[in-house]
Amino acid sequence: MKTAFSALGRNVMRTLLTTLGIVIGVGAVITMMEIGNGTTIAIQRTMASIGADTLVIVPGAVNISGVNQGSGSRMTLTPQDADAIIKECPSVRSVAPIVRARTQVVYGNRNWVPTYIYGTTPSFLDVREWTALDKGEAFSEHDVLNSSKVCIIGQTIVSELFGGESPIGKEVRIRNVAFKVIGVLQKKGANVMGMDQDDILLAPWTTIKYRVVASSLSSGNQSSTNTASNAEVTAVSQIYPNIQQNLYYVPTASEQADAPQPIRFTNVDQILTAAQSSSQIPFAIEQITTLLRERHHLRATDVNDFNVRDMTEIAKAMSSTTELITKLLLCVAMISLVVGGVGIMNIMLVSVTERTREIGLRMAVGAEPGDILRQFLTEAIVLCLLGGTLGIMLGRGSSYLVSAVLHWPTAVSVGAIVAAIIVSASVGVIFGFYPAWKASRLDPIDALRYE
Amino acid sequence: MELIELRNIYKTYSLGEIDLPVLKGVSLNIARGELVALMGASGSGKSTLMNILGCLDHPTSGEYWLDGHEITFLTPTERARLRNRVIGFVFQSFNLLPRTTALENVLMPLTYTKENLNEHQKKQRATELLRKVGLADRIDHQPSQLSGGEQQRVAIARSLVNHPRVLLADEPTGNLDSRTSEEILEMFQQFNSVDGITVILVTHDPGVAKHAQRAIHIKDGLINGMGQSGHEGIA
Repeated sequence: MKTAFSALGRNVMRTLLTTLGIVIGVGAVITMMEIGNGTTIAIQRTMASIGADTLVIVPGAVNISGVNQGSGSRMTLTPQDADAIIKECPSVRSVAPIVRARTQVVYGNRNWVPTYIYGTTPSFLDVREWTALDKGEAFSEHDVLNSSKVCIIGQTIVSELFGGESPIGKEVRIRNVAFKVIGVLQKKGANVMGMDQDDILLAPWTTIKYRVVASSLSSGNQSSTNTASNAEVTAVSQIYPNIQQNLYYVPTASEQADAPQPIRFTNVDQILTAAQSSSQIPFAIEQITTLLRERHHLRATDVNDFNVRDMTEIAKAMSSTTELITKLLLCVAMISLVVGGVGIMNIMLVSVTERTREIGLRMAVGAEPGDILRQFLTEAIVLCLLGGTLGIMLGRGSSYLVSAVLHWPTAVSVGAIVAAIIVSASVGVIFGFYPAWKASRLDPIDALRYE
Repeated sequence: MELIELRNIYKTYSLGEIDLPVLKGVSLNIARGELVALMGASGSGKSTLMNILGCLDHPTSGEYWLDGHEITFLTPTERARLRNRVIGFVFQSFNLLPRTTALENVLMPLTYTKENLNEHQKKQRATELLRKVGLADRIDHQPSQLSGGEQQRVAIARSLVNHPRVLLADEPTGNLDSRTSEEILEMFQQFNSVDGITVILVTHDPGVAKHAQRAIHIKDGLINGMGQSGHEGIA
């Protein structure tokens, strides 16, 4: 070991130049890995904002007299389920219950039917990675508790209802309930299905549930529906003046028989959750399923009265992208390290030839072939490790520089550093072995006589 | 007891199809504590004999007893251990490690020793030897900063650091001027008489051989004569 160091120390310049191959190789690998890591994280963030780690929990289907009402027709999900999920599922980052409405929104002399009117909690923005608002602020948990008549709206609604005006502080009417606009969402564009995500109005779910949806869910145009229902009421009351209109949904007798579960007083249409990361999705699904089965008192033989949906396609695209980047970097890493290794082998071969007399002398004074092999192998490994260490420093430095000057995202990759050390040591062993073996097989007589 | 005993040593190099016999039945004895000159012209087989004596090479046939061990059939590794323990080498071209201090040069053979010595003991031994060869004030000098004679003294100190039985000097004065040669040869005589180390001087120079107690002449692969040449006679 000491011998190897002193031998390398005898020719500092050449030692440094030899290691340069490895230094640049490892440095490049580290830089690439860190930039790649940063990129992967950035891609993950982008994917997450598309909704790659979102899970949608919808109620199960209800079967009325053999007529399946389709997914979401059963009223089994409650806001308490949402609270329980965030409390008890470690793989879930954020949860938002959603109450949907589809109705007309009126401002002044304009009106518009948004694609989405969602009654939810402030964490909806977190789930959808939408927390940065364009203007104003989001409603609070307090607003949810109070059923405050406030809302935040998407860019499409802003342009449809307000034109050039600033919507903040203005009041819009939804089913004749006045909502104060307190915030405007940033533009998000269409989702993968081509639905305009900016055509959205968010309000506390309590407000939507109790003040808006309470009367009707199906009406698209409030004035026309009103007219129609009024007309109906009028018509019915004309025929049967004593019949009262039911404000709440009353299950039929057969529905009661087929789905005997008591209808909860408050239910939500769906629960939106975000997993901690895309890799946590399977665990999140499992935890949510277990939790909800328990909360809904389902027996082992019962089928789920809810469905958990994940964005399989997007998640797949994401993991394949990440994998591709990693593989690409690995290829680059292998090439540069092999080049560096060949450089080391070259110099070690030259070194063995150049030091033939030294080898002969060492053998004459009693060095065994194994000693010589070990000495040159150690030299090669020391060279590579030295190169690896310098390379790690170079790589860290340049990735820092890249993030500082070019503002590229980078992230420290401990794995890459460990791999670089292991790989550079094994490059030393692999490419140092042949020269060292050659040195150990020299005949001391010839070696001593070598000029 | 004889320290070195060669019986009917043959050495044949095969150059492809042709076999080239170099040693054709050499037998000789060297006693413990002798100072012997091995003389011969170039091509006489002198170098081959020296390589065999130094355990760098093994004979094609014959017996070689060194310090009571039969070494003809030893493996290269066993021979390396024997060289480390029993034999010291001094070369015509010094063969010091470049850019390495005198002290480190002397310490080098100790890296391969099987003796258990700590760093301090090793250093002490090397410093002591450098002092003995008169280089106490030069221990941190590199070979390029030393004269030829001084370099050869470092080489002698190096050859003695493992306390060998035999010192094998191959033309030790070949690269030195006559005055320095004289000093070096006197040093060999001193180590021979004071420390009792057996010295074999391989040379073609009768002037060098004069310093030995006896000269062994080799010619065409055979021992030619064992005449007295030293001024002290046969020991």
